[in-house]
Amino acid sequence: MLKEIKILSDHGKQFVPDLRNQPVSERFRGRPVISADITSVQVRSAATLCPTGAIDSSSGAIDLGRCAFCNECALAMPEVYRFTNDYRIAAARRENLIIKPGQNGPLRIDDASVRKEVRRLFRRSLKLRQVSAGGDNSCEMELGASGNVNFDMGRYGIEFVASPRHADGIVITGPVSENMAGALEISYDATPAPKVIILVGTDAISGGLFAGSPALKRDFIESHHIDLYVPGNPAHPLTFINGVMDLLGI
Amino acid sequence: MMKSNLYTEVKNGSSPVNISDIPVLDYGRFSEEVCTMLTEERFHCLSYFCYPAGEVMKFICCIADDGSGTFRILSHEQTGSAPLLSLTAKVYSMHIFEREISENHGVMFEDHPWLKPVRYPHYRADRQSVMDNYPFYEIEGEELHEVGVGPVHAGVIEPGHFRFICNGEKVLHLEIQLGYQHRGIERLFVDNRAGLRNALLLESEAGDGMRRALLAEDIAGDSAVSHGLAHAQLTESLALFEPPASLQAERCIALELERIAVHIGDTAALCGDVAYQLGQVACEALRTMVINTTQYWCGNRFGKGLIRPGGTNFPVTELIAGEILTVLEEVDRRYSNVVDCVYTLPSVLGRFEDIGVITRAQAISIGAVGMAARTCGVPRDIRATHPFQQYRQTPVTAVMQESGDVLARGRLRALEVKESVKIIRRLIDEWRKQSVESGQPRYNLAYRPDSLAISVTEGWRGEICHVAVTDHKGRLMVYKIKDPSMHNWMALALAVRNQEISDFPVCNKSFNLSYCGHDL
Repeated sequence: MLKEIKILSDHGKQFVPDLRNQPVSERFRGRPVISADITSVQVRSAATLCPTGAIDSSSGAIDLGRCAFCNECALAMPEVYRFTNDYRIAAARRENLIIKPGQNGPLRIDDASVRKEVRRLFRRSLKLRQVSAGGDNSCEMELGASGNVNFDMGRYGIEFVASPRHADGIVITGPVSENMAGALEISYDATPAPKVIILVGTDAISGGLFAGSPALKRDFIESHHIDLYVPGNPAHPLTFINGVMDLLGI
Repeated sequence: MMKSNLYTEVKNGSSPVNISDIPVLDYGRFSEEVCTMLTEERFHCLSYFCYPAGEVMKFICCIADDGSGTFRILSHEQTGSAPLLSLTAKVYSMHIFEREISENHGVMFEDHPWLKPVRYPHYRADRQSVMDNYPFYEIEGEELHEVGVGPVHAGVIEPGHFRFICNGEKVLHLEIQLGYQHRGIERLFVDNRAGLRNALLLESEAGDGMRRALLAEDIAGDSAVSHGLAHAQLTESLALFEPPASLQAERCIALELERIAVHIGDTAALCGDVAYQLGQVACEALRTMVINTTQYWCGNRFGKGLIRPGGTNFPVTELIAGEILTVLEEVDRRYSNVVDCVYTLPSVLGRFEDIGVITRAQAISIGAVGMAARTCGVPRDIRATHPFQQYRQTPVTAVMQESGDVLARGRLRALEVKESVKIIRRLIDEWRKQSVESGQPRYNLAYRPDSLAISVTEGWRGEICHVAVTDHKGRLMVYKIKDPSMHNWMALALAVRNQEISDFPVCNKSFNLSYCGHDL
């Protein structure tokens, strides 16, 4: 008994009180900022450097849906590319993941991009089924951590459930391997409508480093409406939770 | 490098071997040599694969000798498609390698007792073989029933299919079907066009080197440092590059931090599986402290971005070293209190003790490695037997348990966390003595042509082995990855025999094997 009390007193209060404004370490790579003065020579060399082709070869913009957050562009050209530790980078529209030179404001989901019924039905309770389809287990672990004693997204009624039958939507991680494509489809079909689809991690959003591998089959992603894109390699629990909160209008 | 007329002998992470220097044996001799070696406990197979080399199929087998701390490389060559007598019939631990060779290249092994698909790769020889027609083992009997679980599981985990044959609540047999996570990663290392998003990258060799460094971290994200290091060490070996001592120490610190974080996270999950909430939440919080320290160091909670060939983008500073030591002191103290409580609590012990037992004999016969081996008295720890990087100067002793049950796997984690904290303290002392900086990454290292290199690290699960073969221009021709899960999934299948099926989750969690590391 005394041992347990000692553990509890060491443990103290662990939950993050304000998930919107939790400080994260300086080096965490979140929303990038690109200098408005980027030259065409710099654009070219940045685009050549990027291992996932996330940097546009004509404008120098970064597509967070493709970015592996490896930091190599920022290291090679610190005067042009910089990653801030702003973790609120989820978006409801694919094009909003593209960060243009000179753009330096918070990324927020605008109400018009969210389907009406999503907020009406799920604002107070959103149960999700996670499907890993070629994920490397880092995004999966971060999603697990989103419900842990620190991040505790359950406080907003957001939870992962054991069956798609109990879920209001599915959360996909991984670049969608061909061998998992069928099971992903079945999981989605087993979820009662209306339902949401959330993509978590660069691999899920664009295929990431695996894009173009013959082992992938991304038809499902391409043929369905995606409600939320959560970038990261892996996506940080705070990125995921804030994205879902924005989606639900919490 | 030592030579005999049967095999070439190298040390872990040493300079590469000329392909033409590896003796080519006829198959009978090869088979005899390998089987003789593997009947001795100090030998186990690291990797066995083949690749087309002109007119012939070249087979390479790498065997670790834990006694002398060397790797033996043997080879044989085959023309035509005549079936081979399998090694598995004599040495069971070779089953996974022969299955893989057969699946990838259509090589037949005549008397292989379990020649089943491994992962259904996109380049498999038999396109008729698909996930849906996996040949499950069946037992006839009116009192038996089958339970199929997965690929999608109840928790937030990766996919895999488990097929149980049960008599009532008791499991008679478990067969594990994997492959759902296959991304074609070995091919992506070699073929820079197949999966290349950025065509511009081809303009620079360095760009492609960078892409491969990132790819290595994605083999299994929970072992990003271990796999990243196996890759970095391999490329440095191919390029005859000796990393500075400070860099070697930093890499080992990262590897131990990864081990500590996952072991504590697994302790939380084990507690969760038996509904011991205090242990679960306390460990969750402690894991967060450790991975946030990794994030403080390199910006990523899993250490992605940290390990690079030839150098690093995130050298340790005195500030970072201080932070690591401070956090670990606190974590060590609190975690000791938690495990002291967990592993003395009767309601927890009742669920862990004598559950999911793997015997020492079973572990040896299936070629178990890493934690799974060390929990039943088989001392396999690459850091101790084939030291790499800074472990060559800062020796590690393998932590051992004997009982082979869930409790042993839980306790081993607790002991290894304590040991890793001590190792990190020693590594930081060593690191402080170094005056040469760890240096910038080198993505454009030129590889020696017509060579084979082998690199093995000890991740938190066990040994991770990367092997590469270069062509006459020094380009990668073959890239083979072996995650410890390749061997250890069979340990899980054996562990649940004659157990209640309700004990499966806690058995599964106690091994915590990798799906993506296996499926590649």
